[in-house]
Amino acid sequence: MRPPQIDRSNYMNPYLAGVLLGLILLATIFISGRGLGASGAFKSLVVTTVEAVAPAHAENAPFFANYSKTHAEGGLKSWLVFEILGVLVGGFLSGLISGRMGFKNEHGPGISGRTRLIAAFSGGILFGIGSQLGRGCTSGAALSGMAVMSSAGFIAMMAIFGSGYAFAYFFRKLWI
Amino acid sequence: MGPLVPEIIGNNLNLIIAFLIGIAFGYTLEQAGFSSSRRLAGLFYGYDFVVLRVFFTAAVTAMMGLIVLSFLGWIRLDLIYINPTFLTSVIIGGLIMGLGFILGGFCPGTSVTAAAIGKIDAIAFLVGIFTGIFIFAESFPLIRDLYTSGNLGNILVYESLGVPRGVFAFGLTVLAIAAFIVTSRIESRINGEERTESPLLRRRYSAAVGVAVVIGFVLIFMPDKTSRALNTVENHWQDAGQKIKKMDKDELAMMLINDENRLLLVDVRSAGEFEQSHIPLAVNIPFGKLTDVQWRNLLKDRRKTNIFYATDTETALKAALLSVELGDNGDVRILDEGFDVFNREILTFDVSNPHEKLSVDLEQFRRDARLKLEELAARAGGTTVQVKEVRKIKGGC
Repeated sequence: MRPPQIDRSNYMNPYLAGVLLGLILLATIFISGRGLGASGAFKSLVVTTVEAVAPAHAENAPFFANYSKTHAEGGLKSWLVFEILGVLVGGFLSGLISGRMGFKNEHGPGISGRTRLIAAFSGGILFGIGSQLGRGCTSGAALSGMAVMSSAGFIAMMAIFGSGYAFAYFFRKLWI
Repeated sequence: MGPLVPEIIGNNLNLIIAFLIGIAFGYTLEQAGFSSSRRLAGLFYGYDFVVLRVFFTAAVTAMMGLIVLSFLGWIRLDLIYINPTFLTSVIIGGLIMGLGFILGGFCPGTSVTAAAIGKIDAIAFLVGIFTGIFIFAESFPLIRDLYTSGNLGNILVYESLGVPRGVFAFGLTVLAIAAFIVTSRIESRINGEERTESPLLRRRYSAAVGVAVVIGFVLIFMPDKTSRALNTVENHWQDAGQKIKKMDKDELAMMLINDENRLLLVDVRSAGEFEQSHIPLAVNIPFGKLTDVQWRNLLKDRRKTNIFYATDTETALKAALLSVELGDNGDVRILDEGFDVFNREILTFDVSNPHEKLSVDLEQFRRDARLKLEELAARAGGTTVQVKEVRKIKGGC
């Protein structure tokens, strides 16, 4: 089976990107005393949406009640929401500068675009659930956790990537 | 100094900084190629290990950087957010995320950059995350026990493994470099390529690896500023006698009466002893709490002379030396003979029961001093030094 051909010439050297990312993370911890994250912003979005659409439900359901108890300012005025808005802008700028803009549904050669969208959606659902149990995702729990040397960071990293390798064989049709 | 939030940078500015940091984060992720699900998934099939390279380089860089900043005394590691370890919850969550990674080809951060450049599969993934969190929230009562099980607190990995911080950091760096070498071999074989790196590139990589190893080696022997200061105190306090001058009880009484604003009196006894009785105007900083960050500003005031006292002169000397080592005001003295003698001979001076033979002048001085210090105590009465509570930062997803 031929592996997919990916043009790597346009991208930044991965080690350079890694050092830059590490320095950004370091600056974040130095300035704000906390690491980078992503899934937390979506949690804020979900909570805000539910509070807007079904305020009565948000008051009664324990998850939402807990959230508003621990997030006094509440809503979308949170560190991670602003950070993720920045990620959106930063990604956009980078794509613009390097000429990678354009609507595209990227999928392996063996599957249809529809299958790819269903798989991506399902993967998102799993990441949504998993990131809550893991108290953070690849950036919030694993990367930032490893930088501050928390045990949770290393366990999350090993569990995420270990599980990825364990399941890779069964879903190889999606990618190669 | 660090973290700058919340003492130096306020909450609203912090949100603007979050936005700017996000831009840098998103830009770098996209430049690294994390906006392509097929590149990300390559990690699991051996055709592209970009995720491993970027991820581990970033983790090691930030980790080493934190160790260096803490060594320089620029950041307080005990104030930054450490994500708590809920063992069962994080393992199951990680396993679910791994499956999500294989199916979705993204993780949340990367999917945002991918969506930003128009990837439709990333948008489907984002909708999935939103749905997943909603499902979690709605079924929270059912999984609450799992979510809170195995709570081990904010534990650190090197403590769990029982190795020094520097040794662990060095070991991880070596492991990362070994992984880079092995995976690039695997990648070449799977892609059927000849190894294409030019000799120049190879030399550059070797140089970078060499530098990383040297830095890592230094880090092993690198304690942070506080432990270095404590070490110096433990090993050299006997020699400090020449550097740190003692102050006689009468001299201190005189200074308190005439020049109270030019001195900062620090009582390093326990809070209980301080409560019972203390010298007027003294601030109580128990010896064990002297390294706490909240005292630094107070002790750094160079317009004053810092005078330390304890029950014995040895503790006072150690405290004074520790304060100097931590970078506080270098103009320090300690009270000779300790608190109890000062208390007996000055604060509760009783002329009918002398412990030493005093000249008439000195006897008169102590009688006056007792009265004046009582006035001073009454005046200072309710005032205690206001020290800002230092809050530990909350974070997490």
